[in-house]
Amino acid sequence: MPSAGLLSLILAVLQRDVIASLRRGSEWSNPLVFYVMVCALFPLGIGPQPERLAELAPGILWVVALLASLLATDSLFRGDFDDGTLEQMLLTHQSLYPQVLAKTLAHWMMTGLPLSVLSPILGVLLQLPPAGMLPLMASLVLGTMVLSFIGAIGAALTVGLRKGGLLLSLIVLPLYIPVLIFGSSVVKTAIDGGPYMPQLAMLAVFFLVALALSPLAICGALRISVDQ
Amino acid sequence: MAAPGLQVNQLFSERDDRVLFSDLCFQLNAGQLVQIAGPNGSGKTSLLRILAGLSSRYEGEVLWQGKSLQRHRHDYLSQLLYIGHGAGIKAVLSPLENLRWSCALRGMSHCDTSIMAALDKVGLRGFEEQACHSLSAGQQRRVNLARLFCIPASLWVLDEPFTAIDQRGVAEIEQWLADFVHDGGAVLLTTHHSLNFSHEFTILNLGDYANA
Repeated sequence: MPSAGLLSLILAVLQRDVIASLRRGSEWSNPLVFYVMVCALFPLGIGPQPERLAELAPGILWVVALLASLLATDSLFRGDFDDGTLEQMLLTHQSLYPQVLAKTLAHWMMTGLPLSVLSPILGVLLQLPPAGMLPLMASLVLGTMVLSFIGAIGAALTVGLRKGGLLLSLIVLPLYIPVLIFGSSVVKTAIDGGPYMPQLAMLAVFFLVALALSPLAICGALRISVDQ
Repeated sequence: MAAPGLQVNQLFSERDDRVLFSDLCFQLNAGQLVQIAGPNGSGKTSLLRILAGLSSRYEGEVLWQGKSLQRHRHDYLSQLLYIGHGAGIKAVLSPLENLRWSCALRGMSHCDTSIMAALDKVGLRGFEEQACHSLSAGQQRRVNLARLFCIPASLWVLDEPFTAIDQRGVAEIEQWLADFVHDGGAVLLTTHHSLNFSHEFTILNLGDYANA
């Protein structure tokens, strides 16, 4: 039963990573605290006028979510690399693809998902009109998932370097830009009362492509990083 | 005659323009143990990483049962159990959770009974649910070594298995190795400790191959 085996492998990796991340705490709380703090600072910085804030809100919420996601990316494979468990992942006769897929999903559940769930509250803080709330959440759920997959490629490429932080940002930021453009456009269009489904569908396309292809790149990058 | 287990032909590796070893040839068959010796920095870990298939920084040939390692990676990995010099466990997880994950990576599910038996064997009964960071260094090493008993394999590649293990534990591990070799397993290990081993075994001194 290869399919049942694959599913139990994915579940085991998901469970392990989520438990480890919850116990460590900083992994899921740092991006979240960053997101809340920066979004809370914007009204203080640019003044409390509701019209001006509402105009800027989609962009602010999306840019800060993107940076928060970037902040968390470096730790994706770092811990496993340092304690030698990454070698165990590479040295099984089972495919690396489902393991990497599960690890990236676990990472998203600990970073992107909480950001998306919390975003309406910060939307209220930034005077985002109610029509934009649901599109904001939907675009963030899809978008942060894409960001996690792209970030995982960068993290896998730089995990072997002692100081890969800056390099990681340089690698992944250009790839983040299309996601940002379509993501904030979803929210803006929704506020203006226009049809936002096309942009959301575009994000879904990004997600499906990333889901299918990025694990291949991540597997290759991990093998290169460990090969030293 | 069956094909030899692991066969290494004219292996050459260098690091930062320094030759670690060249012209290295040896064989490891079922029921044998090879100890790799040599001073610090002589390339013991590099050799083990090459033989485990983690590193490709070498020239020469590595065969598993007469077949090239790269092309028959899947067969080889299903037989290999590699314990590196790293911790090999997640400190925030308990021994039980760590080993469950290790077993799942090998395609084994519902193996709690064998994990408990393995932890019992390495002397960690009663510590199953405790987070690994609250265990001592030697106990953490034992958690990693417990993988030897819950994951079936025919080749053990062990990098410094005796690190942080107490004297009685070292004798215990030597006994485990002897039992495994007796049952037809093959062991490749590095250690600075002089092995007290009941069977015959080969010592491969990497220092001899450094300037060939």
